[in-house]
Amino acid sequence: MTRRGFVAGAGAAATSGQGHAAEHKHDHEHQAVPSDLTLRVKALESLLVEKGLVDRAALDALVDTYEHKVGPRNGARVVAKAWADPAFKQRLLTEPTAAIAELGYGGQQGEYMVVVENTPQVHNIVVCTLCSCYPWPVLGLPPVWYKSAPYRSRAVIDPRGVLREFGLELPEDVEVRVWDSTAEIRYLVLPERPAGTEKLSEDQLAALVTRDSMVGVAKVTLPAAGAKV
Amino acid sequence: MNGVHDMGGMQGMGPIQYEKNEPVFHARWEGRVLALTRAVGAWKKWNIDAGRYQIEQIPPADYLRMSYYEKWFTRLVALVIKHGLVTPAELESGKRAKASRKATPPLTAAMVAPMVSKWNSATGRNVLVAPSFRVGQRVRARNINPTGHTRLPRYARGKFGTVDRDHGVYVFPDTNAQFLGEKPQHCYSVRFTARELWGEQASPRDSVYIDLWDDYLEPA
Repeated sequence: MTRRGFVAGAGAAATSGQGHAAEHKHDHEHQAVPSDLTLRVKALESLLVEKGLVDRAALDALVDTYEHKVGPRNGARVVAKAWADPAFKQRLLTEPTAAIAELGYGGQQGEYMVVVENTPQVHNIVVCTLCSCYPWPVLGLPPVWYKSAPYRSRAVIDPRGVLREFGLELPEDVEVRVWDSTAEIRYLVLPERPAGTEKLSEDQLAALVTRDSMVGVAKVTLPAAGAKV
Repeated sequence: MNGVHDMGGMQGMGPIQYEKNEPVFHARWEGRVLALTRAVGAWKKWNIDAGRYQIEQIPPADYLRMSYYEKWFTRLVALVIKHGLVTPAELESGKRAKASRKATPPLTAAMVAPMVSKWNSATGRNVLVAPSFRVGQRVRARNINPTGHTRLPRYARGKFGTVDRDHGVYVFPDTNAQFLGEKPQHCYSVRFTARELWGEQASPRDSVYIDLWDDYLEPA
């Protein structure tokens, strides 16, 4: 493989972004890559390991961390605790990074947290128009839609239209606040606690909280009647 | 740089493609690229702003076509060459140059958990720098068009807003990305009304909050 082939090939993805339904379950065409990208990444990893620049066990640990240990369940526990404990909620809104650290979450891409609260009058939604900044310690790695051009481009100019695509129609009299993560501050939305959850435990509440609700593209809802909470 | 990465306000990018029960990585190589980027980053040859700037330099047609982790891979290849960690000959052959000495990786498996959970890439600076603006003050985002890295999005330039909060002192990306110094200064959340940014078509109630450094702002 020539270097030119190696480097240039990194950019030779032939993705198909045409004709998609707004929602799809199985096809990952937008993620489609030439099969040789697998080989190119392997080749680079082998070279970096051979040169002693990286340790393979460290790579495994990093993948394991983001695949299994860090994710939106962390954020869900933060939200549930805020709903259940008014003193914690107060700390979460005034000293967010420290309050989140009380639950053991923090670090890279969550060093400077700001928590914005949704209310019946105010709806917050988070975006990064310039790249894909996202609060990793509480939400994990961002989903593809968050990193993609349609969301990044339109969230600031047409937040209500974007929310409609997520199935959330906001009344005219609700104020929408869009947070563009252009610096190192990372934003977490504290969604509204749904009615009818007064008797639920913190664990049960956490199970209701979705990733999307903490980015601000959805509300937290109760499971359909009859479903087990 | 007025690049295609600066997407705020663009139209015609299509519907949002939502995948239910999306996996963290769609293929094994994606996770390896993320891990490689973090592990090589431990050599501290570049900083977070230089890393973003490198992605911004991907040609626009490629930038739009590539998946996220393909961009990361392209960046990693460019950075290891640029900073001399790997030679072009090594990249071509896939083998370490015979004359070179094997290095010792700075990041071991045992260090991963502390690294991920610590503030080792934090860009806040605990230094005394006077803020140029105060909370509640009317400001204008400067109309600047630097050819290098900047975190002042195009859609805000020349627009009037109000300082909503002072986040404190942070490294300035425009200089840091090109290794021209950290130039620590205050960074603020500035509130722009949707109508100031987008005109009468926007809701009179809505607003966009953008994190902006001192050097991006002027008094209104």
